[in-house]
Amino acid sequence: MLRVDCLRSIYPELERSLVITIMGAVATELQSLGHRANFFYLQHAMGLASSTGLGLALCKPEQRVVVLDGDGSLLMNLGSLSTMARYRPRNLVHVVFDNESLLSVGGFPTATGTGTDLEGIARAAGVPRVATVRDLENFKAAVRGAEQANELSTIIAKVEATGPSAYVTGLTLLENRFQFQRHIQSLRKA
Amino acid sequence: MPVSLPSSSLIYSALKECDVRLLSALPETWLVHLIRLAEQDPEMTLVRLAKEEEGVGISAGAHFAGVKSAMLMQNHGFLAAINGIVSFAHLYKIPLLMLISYRGSFGERDPWQTQGGNVTEPLLRALGIPYCFLDAAETVKKRIRHAQTLAESSLQPVAVLLTRDLMWEE
Repeated sequence: MLRVDCLRSIYPELERSLVITIMGAVATELQSLGHRANFFYLQHAMGLASSTGLGLALCKPEQRVVVLDGDGSLLMNLGSLSTMARYRPRNLVHVVFDNESLLSVGGFPTATGTGTDLEGIARAAGVPRVATVRDLENFKAAVRGAEQANELSTIIAKVEATGPSAYVTGLTLLENRFQFQRHIQSLRKA
Repeated sequence: MPVSLPSSSLIYSALKECDVRLLSALPETWLVHLIRLAEQDPEMTLVRLAKEEEGVGISAGAHFAGVKSAMLMQNHGFLAAINGIVSFAHLYKIPLLMLISYRGSFGERDPWQTQGGNVTEPLLRALGIPYCFLDAAETVKKRIRHAQTLAESSLQPVAVLLTRDLMWEE
């Protein structure tokens, strides 16, 4: 399963959510499908995409928040799973693309490649809905199911360790950040 | 425990007057009253963290949502949050109001706190983070208000150091 195909399969639904991605391939591939004002790409601060999603979900309970995380990033902030589980916002969907690799910095294997089970960790942390998916059909169903269940969900999507050849895009970090904030402000007025 | 309840209450009400509605926190001795006040306040969202760096993301999310927040931590928690401060708050111009208990400074009896005390101010200066001290009850409200005003206008992290003179009664 390719991450970009996963992203493509849920791209229409992402329009209704506030989306926070990690850096690297996830950010670049989502942008390649078409940037939207409701997408924020956290291009550093590895591990904090899930924390940002949690803060946003707690402060905007009426808005669906989708975090597009990765195994390398989540392994840097496993405590985030316990914090998310503690507050378990119903409007937060946490997708983890697990390619068992730190792809953008040379493809060195992460611990998920040697047996660490992120689904098990998320479940044991107390996340109420967890799943691991390995094909597109199940990926799409899991994301849709998470939205319908209206319960904090962590979905581990096992994907191949391949990605784009370059990571820098034409969208500057601050432009993205202020556009995202303005988009959320416009929701408040609506 | 001689942590000052009056000083803690003063700090807490100053935060409320600044419209702070979300507090992220990791407990430490000097912060116990502040955390209890947040626990008991239905208007406050208290987010208990596993590690302080998470608080940078939580506050960024709150900022995007239009909610004012503050981070409560020990200076060792500030050390643990530095990558997030630099590679999120500084990189993306996110205002952070950081209330940091200044352990390990003059009067400190716990040997394990002393090294962190030595490096707190040099690190704040190296990171270009503006900081002030809370050391007397009379100036608490004004300094917290000014710190939050600067964080919001400059879109950057600002530190308020909670000192022994204010927090500890003995």
